[in-house]
Amino acid sequence: MHPLLAQAAAPVAQSYTPLAMFLAFVAATLVITWWSARRSQGASAYFAAGRRITGWQNGLAVAGDYMSAASFLGIAGMIAFSGYDGFMYSVGFLVAYLTVLLIVAEPLRNAGKYTMADVLAYRLKPRPVRAVASLSTLTVSAFYMVAQMVGAGILVSTLIPALQIPGLTGFATSVICVGILMIVYVVFGGMLATTWVQIIKAILLMSGSAFLSFKVMQHYQFSFTAFFDSLSHITFTGANGQPVTQDFLTPGLKFKNPLEQISLGMALLFGTAGLPHILIRFYTVPDAKTARASVVWAMIIIGLFYIMTTFFGFGAASILGPDFIKAHGGTNMAAPLLAQKLGGEIFFAFISAVAFATILAVVAGLTISASTSFAHDFYTNVLLHGKESRPGQEVRVARITAFVVGAFSIGIAIILGPKVNVAFLVGLAFAVAASANLPAIVFSVFWRRFNTAGAIGSLVMGLGSSIALILVSPVGIFGPKGALFPLENPGIVSIPLGFLGAIVGTLLTREPSSEALFTELTVRANTGLGAEKASEH
Amino acid sequence: MSLPESPDLTPESGAPTEVAPLGRTTPKPAHELTAAEDRDAADWAGIAASAEFKALLKSKARFIVPTTVFFIVYYFALPVLVGFFPESMTVRVGSVNLAYLFALSQFFMAWAVAFAYTRAAAKWDTASAGLLAKFHAKK
Repeated sequence: MHPLLAQAAAPVAQSYTPLAMFLAFVAATLVITWWSARRSQGASAYFAAGRRITGWQNGLAVAGDYMSAASFLGIAGMIAFSGYDGFMYSVGFLVAYLTVLLIVAEPLRNAGKYTMADVLAYRLKPRPVRAVASLSTLTVSAFYMVAQMVGAGILVSTLIPALQIPGLTGFATSVICVGILMIVYVVFGGMLATTWVQIIKAILLMSGSAFLSFKVMQHYQFSFTAFFDSLSHITFTGANGQPVTQDFLTPGLKFKNPLEQISLGMALLFGTAGLPHILIRFYTVPDAKTARASVVWAMIIIGLFYIMTTFFGFGAASILGPDFIKAHGGTNMAAPLLAQKLGGEIFFAFISAVAFATILAVVAGLTISASTSFAHDFYTNVLLHGKESRPGQEVRVARITAFVVGAFSIGIAIILGPKVNVAFLVGLAFAVAASANLPAIVFSVFWRRFNTAGAIGSLVMGLGSSIALILVSPVGIFGPKGALFPLENPGIVSIPLGFLGAIVGTLLTREPSSEALFTELTVRANTGLGAEKASEH
Repeated sequence: MSLPESPDLTPESGAPTEVAPLGRTTPKPAHELTAAEDRDAADWAGIAASAEFKALLKSKARFIVPTTVFFIVYYFALPVLVGFFPESMTVRVGSVNLAYLFALSQFFMAWAVAFAYTRAAAKWDTASAGLLAKFHAKK
């Protein structure tokens, strides 16, 4: 071939490799959705995959539901720019699962059916509690989802520039593609399809990260000493334009206020056990014992992943350098750029496809949790007093909700555009989960005196204070200069307020029916007697 | 007219009469029961009052409460030490520093606690299976 032609052809061929890998992933997930749609019959199949997911499968799915693009690309970027402080996030994301394992998972599985609100409604007055719990679930899911969708638009349009509908920006095209796929998985395939998309994503993410870590260590001839020594003198251009050399293992490059770290830690540690899309995963397994096993599997996978962020996060800092990453797309591109440098175009394409799969699995999980809560808690149990007026109505409403939620988040993400700060939306999701949901769940399982006013106190107080504080925080509406609350994460104030709301509400009222049912709930939660079983077929 | 041989009065295709009594007399199968109908499936108060159940709860509390306090303290020690005592955490240990080693130790702490919990929970499974068998309750 003529040398000039070869040169001209090369960049085109490069930009199509990620698109091809992404299409292969889409094809595989659509086959799964078709297979799931043929198998799914009835509510328990649609909402809980028939409760027939095994421990290791659910462990992978929990990991796939949890590790968002913010984890994979965001933490890699944060470590590449702020060193040690970025790694602090990694720690919190794993330790948070001890709260899930020791306190929440088994009672939830034993006493509930499809949603977090089932456990609250068991003892308390079902209609007010479900209405508020559903509002909290929809708030957490909506904010988290818009954040993921905006992230998806930015990432996919950067990673796969070949994906573009004529007349639309790459950002809008990416948001629409991700949104449509997520709607298809959830509307047609329900929980079973969502679960398998999450399992495949977890496997792809783990193999991508492992290979990336392997290539980093290969770069240092497999010497940990050489690798860690290289981190002690990383040079980049400082704020004043002068080169700065820093030890990247030193804490404090990002967080100047120690309270910020503690507040973030609280939101992670107590918020994970209140995230609705994680909690509903425990209804997909046959019993509490399997729910426990699946948390342990998830902890192994999530722990290994976050330990690997050491290699590809710090590796990006030492091998590429912060200046190079900043010049080639910014923080989120640290991991893909490192893959390109160490493994060439094919590996870059693979990591891009992994990032895409990561986003899809998370947004599908969020969509199904929002639509389950709306259909089961609000529509059937609040509006219709717990009775379907026609068989199969609950599932039909859930499918319609999934479509509406999907369309709504596509629209909002496109209107907000790529410039919006998504960090505060993710922070908000964790803060609401920790301040509103966790106190209500914990007290309804462990405190005999707890009642409806307490649950509503916790949900309203936690939800309200998290939203109010984050709006006036440095990432909120007034910006860093005019902030009325000094911390980016409201957890340190809003979590105690949520617990306080629960306690005050409880002590102000008496509810003998709730106290009478406590014995029954305790027996159920601790023995699994009368728990929802797996379907026969 | 004699009763049909089957106690199930659900309409049957090809039955002698087209008008079959509504409902059926046999109990619903277990998987069709709603939560409200299942409420009296067990002697909740009896189980809760039994010595075995009280021992089970006590054994769970004895493990879960101190372990939860432990992991919360261990976890928050990291941001507190790193945030308020940065000098003591930047001490070099080989090629890394104390701050990194302490952060890394959190992963192994979490796995160790999860392992210990699984071991303890296996005993509770046995205890609760024995308890349910004693009360002739179907799980």
